[in-house]
Amino acid sequence: MRILVTIKTALRALRRNKMRSVLTALGIIIGVVAVIAMVGIGNGAKAQIEAQIASLGQNVILIFSGSITRSGVHSGHGGAGTLTVEDAEAIRREIVGVSGVSPELRSAAQVAAGNQNWMTQILGEGPDYFEIRQWPLVEGVPFTTLDVRGANKVAIIGQTTAQQLFGDENPIGQIVRVKNVPFVIVGLLSSKGLSVMGTDQDDVLIVPYTSAMKRILGVTTLRSINVQAADAKLLPAVQQQLTELLRQRHRIQPGRDDDFTVRGQQDIANMATAQSETMTYLLGAVASVSLIVGGIGIMNIMLVSVTERTREIGIRMAVGAHAGDILLQFLTEAVTLSSIGGVIGIAAGVGAAKIITLAFNWPTMIPVVWVVGAFLFSAAVGIFFGFYPARKASKLNPIDALRYE
Amino acid sequence: MNAVIKLEDIRKTYQTGEVEVLAVRGVSLEIQPGEFVAIMGASGSGKSTLMNILGCLDRPTSGRYSLDGTDVSQLSTDELADIRNQKIGFVFQGFNLLSRTSALENVELPMLYARQHMHSHDLRQKALNALGIVSLTDRAGHHPSQLSGGQQQRVAIARALVNQPALVLADEPTGNLDSRTSIEIMGVFQQLNSNGITIVMVTHEPDIARFTKRSVVMSDGRVLSDIPVTDRLFAGPELERLQQLHGAATRTP
Repeated sequence: MRILVTIKTALRALRRNKMRSVLTALGIIIGVVAVIAMVGIGNGAKAQIEAQIASLGQNVILIFSGSITRSGVHSGHGGAGTLTVEDAEAIRREIVGVSGVSPELRSAAQVAAGNQNWMTQILGEGPDYFEIRQWPLVEGVPFTTLDVRGANKVAIIGQTTAQQLFGDENPIGQIVRVKNVPFVIVGLLSSKGLSVMGTDQDDVLIVPYTSAMKRILGVTTLRSINVQAADAKLLPAVQQQLTELLRQRHRIQPGRDDDFTVRGQQDIANMATAQSETMTYLLGAVASVSLIVGGIGIMNIMLVSVTERTREIGIRMAVGAHAGDILLQFLTEAVTLSSIGGVIGIAAGVGAAKIITLAFNWPTMIPVVWVVGAFLFSAAVGIFFGFYPARKASKLNPIDALRYE
Repeated sequence: MNAVIKLEDIRKTYQTGEVEVLAVRGVSLEIQPGEFVAIMGASGSGKSTLMNILGCLDRPTSGRYSLDGTDVSQLSTDELADIRNQKIGFVFQGFNLLSRTSALENVELPMLYARQHMHSHDLRQKALNALGIVSLTDRAGHHPSQLSGGQQQRVAIARALVNQPALVLADEPTGNLDSRTSIEIMGVFQQLNSNGITIVMVTHEPDIARFTKRSVVMSDGRVLSDIPVTDRLFAGPELERLQQLHGAATRTP
């Protein structure tokens, strides 16, 4: 019951010095706003990256030609040219749980249409590619296995490339020349935006892989193979079977390194989210500094308040207040300031995040954990920085306190 | 009947740096219920130190102090706080009211720290009763800054009375007041005393001490004299006399 009275007393003291209370709480408010807004931005970026990774396709395994290290020499993926079309067909034929396979070639090339030309990424792919990447066409139709078999001169164009070559004209049916080989555009891809690494995924021209091999690049091996598992649960099994199959096909002795690299989509995702998580924590940590500065502000004001109210403390002790009552009273004042600051700060921080989203078109996302965490942390700041002044107040000698001028 | 205050060879020594200050050097004193005692002495005579010990704000270095039958010389800080709350009412020279807090709430303050909880309605009723004793019921809502010195001191007296203590301790209660208001306040004390309340008052003004019943004079940390007041003053006639003097002064051209 005494606790209730003490809390009431503390609240009344805060009301009595409204301006001072508001300014002191402002220190915490700004700190919490900073934390919430920063974390909101960081998490928004993370969510965006996760969405981009999801756009890579579901349950995708990538197999690259050549290993990362080979006798101490690092070659880029696809550099060694060890994967063949036959490997891709073997995977499709022999491995259980595979729902799509697309052999892949990549090359940067100058493409031209009419009097326009543009440097773009040429992809040689199989018909499954659009399914694997979950990348629908907005117009036209994808090329077929017939096109692949005949190495037909057909192409699917990305949004950016189409814009550069044809402007607002409909690209379907137009001719685009790659290394002087004319291709007919049969489809226009939907827009996919930036990749995890920040490159424009729409700056692309996709042709059947056979056409890329024979008509553009003149090679017989693949850069990589995209494999899609039917279910996420099958991924580890599929990955294992792939490795065994390819080692067998490439006649690699036990104990020797693979001449290819298998990488799950999850590995890429983990890497990217780890990066953005680090950024979120960094932003949060920087913002927390301002919360601590706010805490020091509370400590400062509470110390002034204890000195100013020395006589009041003396009176309370003379009429029977225990040291603990005084401690609790001043601690309650500090914690009230900091938690009210925390609540207002959370509200303002959520508002600030909304404004950032609207004004700069940055996605923001504030997890509940951080909201609760910010509140608890600001209350803890009050306890931590309020304890010393409150203890100082409770240690006063009533005789000296009563005489204090 | 048990003595309200029983001091046995009370000593208090302060350590200031290398020097030992013997503030109180062996005081034995008994005060019975219903007494009205003035403790007098020059500054440095040890009367303030004795007052702090009597008020349980300080502990004696040696000696025994029993207050209302309880030995308080060896109690802990928190136990002393409870004793102050239950058995002692303080009246100070500087009034020591909480500023920006109404007279009523000032009087409620000791009850807030009482060991048993009271309903806010009861708190209010008791505080109003105490204000009634000092005839200030109509000023219950006023803040100290809206009250005169005499009224503030009467609020302080009401606060001292509210927990029905065994003893009211007044430390220079008239020190900040003019002579007329001083007499009024002494009148309040005499009224309380006639109703059976034990009062101990520290003062350095002999005129004020004459309103009490017993005068204890201290010097050098010891009791110099302890005698009943023979030429006792009463607030009623004194105020009348002051009125006449004042009237005469204004009538003189």
